[in-house]
Amino acid sequence: MLPYLLRRAASLMLVLFGLAILIFVIARIVPGDPARIALGPLATDQQVVELRAEMGLDDPFLVQLWTYLSGLAQGDLGKSLLTSRPVIDDIMAALPATFELVLFTIVIQIALSIPLGVLAAVYRNTWIDNVTRVMSLIGVVTPAFVLAIILQLLAAYYFGFFPVTGRIDPGIAFEADRTGLLIVDGMLAGRWDVVGDAIRHLILPAVALAAGGIGQVMRITRAAMIEVASRDFIEASRAYGVPERVVTFRYMLRVAAVAPLTILGLEFASLIGNAFIVEFVFSWPGIASYGVRTILQKDLNAVIGVVLISGVFFVVANLVIDILLGILDPRHRLRAKGSE
Amino acid sequence: MSVLPDGAPGNSRMMTSRQMALWRFTRNPAAMIGAVIVISVVTAAILAPWLAPSPESAGAFVDFRNRHAPPSADNPMGTDNVGRDIFSRVLFGYRVSLGLVLGVLGVAVPLGVVLGLCAGYFGGWIETIIMRFTDIMLALPPLAMALAITAVLSPNLINAMIAITLLWWTWHTRLIYRIVKAQMNEDYVEAAKVAGASHGHILFRELLPNCIPAIAVKTSLDAGFVILFGASLSFLGLGIQPPTPDLGTMVATGAEYMPEMWWQAVMPGLAILYAILGFNLLGDGLRDMLDVEL
Repeated sequence: MLPYLLRRAASLMLVLFGLAILIFVIARIVPGDPARIALGPLATDQQVVELRAEMGLDDPFLVQLWTYLSGLAQGDLGKSLLTSRPVIDDIMAALPATFELVLFTIVIQIALSIPLGVLAAVYRNTWIDNVTRVMSLIGVVTPAFVLAIILQLLAAYYFGFFPVTGRIDPGIAFEADRTGLLIVDGMLAGRWDVVGDAIRHLILPAVALAAGGIGQVMRITRAAMIEVASRDFIEASRAYGVPERVVTFRYMLRVAAVAPLTILGLEFASLIGNAFIVEFVFSWPGIASYGVRTILQKDLNAVIGVVLISGVFFVVANLVIDILLGILDPRHRLRAKGSE
Repeated sequence: MSVLPDGAPGNSRMMTSRQMALWRFTRNPAAMIGAVIVISVVTAAILAPWLAPSPESAGAFVDFRNRHAPPSADNPMGTDNVGRDIFSRVLFGYRVSLGLVLGVLGVAVPLGVVLGLCAGYFGGWIETIIMRFTDIMLALPPLAMALAITAVLSPNLINAMIAITLLWWTWHTRLIYRIVKAQMNEDYVEAAKVAGASHGHILFRELLPNCIPAIAVKTSLDAGFVILFGASLSFLGLGIQPPTPDLGTMVATGAEYMPEMWWQAVMPGLAILYAILGFNLLGDGLRDMLDVEL
């Protein structure tokens, strides 16, 4: 298992390195002068010249790339023009909110989609199967922002229990200074009012964010379970008199879980993308809100930072999924060995 | 070709595989609903100027006496904050959405397919370069990336199209690459090589036809997602700019008048959902009909 992990980590570094270069190149080849864009149309030529020098834009391309990469290696993403703070500080301040939302969303996705998928497979071609089929279709085809708005509307009229903006009630005095995750820090501090309020705020954005993935994973789980059900070893276990519950959850699900896990990894890209929209709609103080604000202001350093961090999120999530797959299915480790 | 008898296949004469596939498609209610939805969306887009009850609503038209009117017989989806008929704007919005789909997929699909064919067929360093680059592109969070590109290029329809196209080809490259890799061991490829066929012939006459079903299914599913993607960009204010009637922009503007004037955001939102649903059902139906795995 260890050599496998090391190999995966090495290829991860390679992808991140490529990602960093690619983002830099894209940011530099786009037409327009970043300094001019940053200063706005009213700036004098003198100001533009000075900012160009300060940003190092007059250096040769490779020098710029080197400065950027060596800064990156030390965790330096440059200064944000919007907040005039280091981009990395801004991102670190916003990251816990996004992390909490995304983690909560994934928990909801797994907790709902896999059991529903199993249910649909066990009761296939009954009304239960049909209901879950329609649910998953609605989840897949509903844009996150439409769902977010409909949820806000319903909350406004019917379940006012769920707040429609923010992360915690402003009346609650609490500093999340250990992990930055309100639920975790609230538990550590024994502040159950914080935990409850944080969950209350999380539900709507997390549901809006989770729906697409739930739909996908549910269908994949169902298909995988049905496929596994026809294998010989399942028939054999049944013939030995192994209880149906054990056959379904211990034998079939372990084999069938490979497919939905893979899809969860792929879904993660759209999850991050949709986080931009959901955070925007629910005024969630996370990295995506920061991203949208800096993008609208053409704050290039911050934009590069946000895209890079989202890329890291995605790549790391896929590594985690790969490790889980390696644990579930030893063949996965062997395949990875063969392909590299 | 004779007219098929009603009922099961093989009644009196054998069906060709194409007829068989078509029969499967028409027997799939979800696929048929998808086809009907897609046809209705395309028709709405093409005939928008004639179908819309109030064609002038498509532009920068103002009718303050009628602003914020709830859905009624005159305005089936209500009116917006300056009194424009939302239903008319939705019809014109489909024009913009489908234009975006054509623009993006018209470039991204051929590009992705050719790269995938080359990577799978030539192998070696060509394969390494194309597929490593594709992997890195796939590691970019697409929406964040598209947001960044449109923001720097300044947001409008053409730049949104460019940004989405830059990100979209990768999926087709990977799909075609996988198919070609699997086909490379088939006898027909070997036979063509032995017969002295050119690379171009093998790529486009031998391998490409075997990829067509997968491309068709993927493209149909893609169409829905491009609409979604474009709408998401303009929802954040980084796509198509007013007064062009774009569905995402309409939802964003309408959201400011929530919850009392809910129709201004919900109706265009449902219109987006309807189009995506159509392309999705159609794509799923095609997948069953052509029996491809993506």
